Amino acid sequence: MAADSALLLSLVEEYVSGLQDSKAKDTAKGVKDGQFTVLQLVEALGLSLTSSQPHTRARGVQLLSEVLQECYGGLTEREVEVLIAFYENRLKDHYVITPPVLQGLRALTKCTVLPPGSAVSMLRSLFQDVHVQPSYRNCVFLFDSSTELKGLGADFVFGFVQSMDGERDPRNLLLAFQVAKNIIHRGYDLGKFTEELFEVTSCYFPINFTPPPNDPHSITREELVQMLRDVLAGTPQFAEFLLPLIIEKLDSDVLSAKLDSLQTLTACVSQYEHKDLAEFLEGLWVSLRREVFQTSSEKIESAGLAALTALTSCLSRSVLNSDSEDSLCTFLDLVLKDCRHHLCEPDLKLVWPSAKLLQAACSASSRASHIITSAVMPSLIEQYNSKTEVNVRLMMGVLKACTIKSTQPKDFNLSSVFLAFRPSLCSMVFSALTETNASLQITATSVLTSLAQQTGLLLDSDIELAVDHLTRLLLTEEDNRVSLAVVECVGALAELHPAAFIAKLIPRLKKEIEASEQQSLQAVRQRCMSALAAMSTQPGVVQESTPVLLEVLSSAHTGSVGFSVEEVVAACHSLQRIAEQVQDTEETGRCFHDVIIPRLLSLALQAALQGEGSSGCRSPLLEEVVLSAMVPVISTSCSRLQPTLAGQTALKAVSLFLDGDVSFLPDNSFPSHIGLLKQQGDSWSQSQMVCLLMGCVCSLPRSVEVPQMDQLLSQLEEMSCTCSHPLSYTSAAKCFAGLVNKRAQGQLVLIQSTMKRVCSELDSASSSLRIQAFTHMIWVAKALLLRYHPLFTALTDKLFSLLDDADLGPMAADGFSLLMSDSPDVLNRGCHADVRIMYRQRFFSENSAKLVQGFNAAPQEKKPNYLKALSNIVNKLPKQVQVTELPALLSLLLEALSCPDRGVQLSTLSCLEPVLVDPPPALIQQLEALVGRLLPLTSSPSMNVRIASLRCIHAVSLFPVHEVLPFRARVLRALARPLDDKKRLVRIEAVQARAEWFLLGSPGGR
Amino acid sequence: WVTFGGVNMSGGTRLENANPVIFQRSGERLLTATDEDEDVHDPIDDREIFDILSINDPEHPLSLEELNVVEQVRVKVSDAESTVGIEFTPTIPHCSMATLIGLSIKVKLLRSLPDRFKIDVHITPGTHASEEAVNKQLADKERVAAALENSSLLEVVNQCLSTRSI
Repeated sequence: MAADSALLLSLVEEYVSGLQDSKAKDTAKGVKDGQFTVLQLVEALGLSLTSSQPHTRARGVQLLSEVLQECYGGLTEREVEVLIAFYENRLKDHYVITPPVLQGLRALTKCTVLPPGSAVSMLRSLFQDVHVQPSYRNCVFLFDSSTELKGLGADFVFGFVQSMDGERDPRNLLLAFQVAKNIIHRGYDLGKFTEELFEVTSCYFPINFTPPPNDPHSITREELVQMLRDVLAGTPQFAEFLLPLIIEKLDSDVLSAKLDSLQTLTACVSQYEHKDLAEFLEGLWVSLRREVFQTSSEKIESAGLAALTALTSCLSRSVLNSDSEDSLCTFLDLVLKDCRHHLCEPDLKLVWPSAKLLQAACSASSRASHIITSAVMPSLIEQYNSKTEVNVRLMMGVLKACTIKSTQPKDFNLSSVFLAFRPSLCSMVFSALTETNASLQITATSVLTSLAQQTGLLLDSDIELAVDHLTRLLLTEEDNRVSLAVVECVGALAELHPAAFIAKLIPRLKKEIEASEQQSLQAVRQRCMSALAAMSTQPGVVQESTPVLLEVLSSAHTGSVGFSVEEVVAACHSLQRIAEQVQDTEETGRCFHDVIIPRLLSLALQAALQGEGSSGCRSPLLEEVVLSAMVPVISTSCSRLQPTLAGQTALKAVSLFLDGDVSFLPDNSFPSHIGLLKQQGDSWSQSQMVCLLMGCVCSLPRSVEVPQMDQLLSQLEEMSCTCSHPLSYTSAAKCFAGLVNKRAQGQLVLIQSTMKRVCSELDSASSSLRIQAFTHMIWVAKALLLRYHPLFTALTDKLFSLLDDADLGPMAADGFSLLMSDSPDVLNRGCHADVRIMYRQRFFSENSAKLVQGFNAAPQEKKPNYLKALSNIVNKLPKQVQVTELPALLSLLLEALSCPDRGVQLSTLSCLEPVLVDPPPALIQQLEALVGRLLPLTSSPSMNVRIASLRCIHAVSLFPVHEVLPFRARVLRALARPLDDKKRLVRIEAVQARAEWFLLGSPGGR
Repeated sequence: WVTFGGVNMSGGTRLENANPVIFQRSGERLLTATDEDEDVHDPIDDREIFDILSINDPEHPLSLEELNVVEQVRVKVSDAESTVGIEFTPTIPHCSMATLIGLSIKVKLLRSLPDRFKIDVHITPGTHASEEAVNKQLADKERVAAALENSSLLEVVNQCLSTRSI
């Protein structure tokens, strides 16, 4: 025992006087092991605690606190009580002792045996004795650990209010707001201090804070704003104080104050009930109306409208007592009183703002929508007769808002409101559809859509009439925006009323597509095809619409109707769209797998066998664009429609390509000796069909097995490495890669031999097949990169070494772009490929050093390849990663700006632009180099380079003023020239950049 | 610049026209295929000048377009002849800010257009009491230059020309 106490004394001595921090751990261990108790430790500390040196006393307390942090669990209630009393007493001591005391208290609050009343007394002492400003930093921990404080109630709130009064440090404020938020959210009794708590927090509203440059704490204005908003909007108890404050601040001239007030209003009413709002409704309305009527910016306007919507929906939500008046009605009466008459005024002064306000109120709830619609509708209908164009547009706008809301049938259906107006509504919409004004027609189509979505509102005869109108517009309307709106409307209506469209529109479109042969009507045919695609969401419609599209392909092939290549492509796009949007049912699955895909393959094969043909006219289905448009039709069906049927399709496709099995193809009059994957001289017309095979087998869900995999892979490799037709060997390489990507780990041994073959081909400089070998390699590399396969590194090394290659160097540099970007037709998530998250970042972090090394070692004439590769990689990284990684690569990127390759310039500029928004110090040091390289690019021959460089120059003007001011005169001179650029888009950028540079260092500017 | 003498630059004065008529914004210019075509020369046209002039009105925190101070029909530009003519309409006939608005328009165009352009800014005939005096001031190169030497005046102009950050 004596030995123990001697040991304890020496530990204390070494910690306090010897300043050996590690002794705290040893002491704690001793206490935990039961060698000595905490009280013994306190006794042993006696001497240090009574020292005349505050620092020695602090050190003593610190030892105790650290020990307590380790072993608060073993304390008894009595011990805790004594220790708390001791610590509270220490709070009155010298300020250097405060931090360890707080540390100790913090440890004690974690005790399970905290004596009743102790949390309260701790807080009292804290509020009383701790005069260092951020005392509530420490409240936070007390607060989290105790539920007892609730009992302290108003006293605690008062203590908190006192402690945060006058706080200015943003870090502390953030914490203080956090505590205040907790006080409110945990339902503390605010008692008579409600107003005090509100005052002490709301005095910061609206937050006016600009973080200092290079702020290490990186507290943003937005954080403070959000946190304060959470406090102020947190409880209805604040309503009577907050609402007048908001009304007052809305009067401010400062835009950010207005915006913050509106957003706070939107946030707070979500908690409020109508009685909280009642007495302020008029004031709020006056302010909101003013903000929208005299809008100062679009942001304010939309914030004001959002606030009105929130306010209205709060009022709609409230439960009414029998004796309270309906405040929603009262409020909407105000709104209607001020807005309705503007709708009818001939001078149109405030028509738009009024309409927007009404729309905003309408969209809040069904009841609001009901009240406003029934009040406004009759006068709007009456207005329609006056035929002023603006009125009509406006009315349509209001209608749109009303109807949109009511398409969410929750409480009661709004159709009843509309029912009374149905005939006049329909006649209005239909007559608007016949107007010549494009925007009116567009609005009318969207109103028509929302009316149709009201269950039971429109009669069958109305729908038929609507179909007639839409048909007429489809066939005659030249304006692109209108056609788009019409097509969209057709899509929406066909989903709800398929029968009318099957019966009327599809036959009409079919006739139109087949009949209109003249070139001038191409546009009509394309519109018809996109309308067919838009309406095909219901299986019944798909059954009728897809044959029309297939017929286009077939007549284009036979030449019976003169379709252009673009039209054939458009037909494929429509089929693709249908495959993407249609419901995945057995019926549609059969339609695609049993009818459409065999038909496509059959037509393509017929065209391929016919080849160039003796007659000299070749089928459009031989064109690369057409085949490439067929691929997504097949791949979308195989990836998303009916996996079982997709498996059967794969089986048939593989046997067609490997064995020449044509039995499943319609119009079967094919020769028996077909070998699509076999080389037959230079017959590219057959070999290029491999892209269709790719569309099929590479997009299957991973659960679906691809038959005859090994044979397929070896034939694909053969074709990819030896064929001379670019589309054929590239498609074969992609197909190979797509299969490899999904193959099970154990079955990938064949890659080794593939790599050997490719590498030896690449190493023989005289080979005529190097490009093929390279293409094969890059696609396999991509397949492996996406799934993090270890063999990938070998391919990367090969790729890096090719950057120095005389012939393939530039191609290798472009290859990095292929590796980093998503390919649309294969190896993407839509095709169920194995794509690991963040593979780009991983690739970048593993290889950026190699690239820099290679660049430094490369001979001068090869350096552009490295720069191009680098900018290809960096350009595809997410912006967040770019911003953190770029400072290290800065000198290389600046180098890249002076590289003559425009692609490199462009992608480097687009990497730099986001970095310039928040420039790293390294960049500011290189300002001379940056500006010196950017300015010449403003006269590049490529307009995109000119635009991007001007944007960068614009961003540079926002750097710290003292850094960029020296460049002002030079930049202004240089920017005079792009003001006279021949491209408007360039001039717009130049004007903006130059305006900013003019403001730099000028009074009233920056 | 007699006209500027009476204006309180601090912005603390009551607004003369607290409830202006607001017109609908004309919306973004739509991109056409030729805009993206490297080889096509896009001449500077009325709409482009009009878009450049979507600047702040010192009296109202609204763009000049919304207040109809500048309308597209009152912008006349000829790229070939290198001339620009702007007619602007002060919000009310006695608006004392007319010269300032005119000056802001002029400065904005000087900064945004190539040197070769001759810029003429004047008040729409019949919309302002002291139309002639204001037009004369705006047409006088030296007086414009002198006005921009005046730093408090330049400050107000620059404020009008700042793109609002909100």
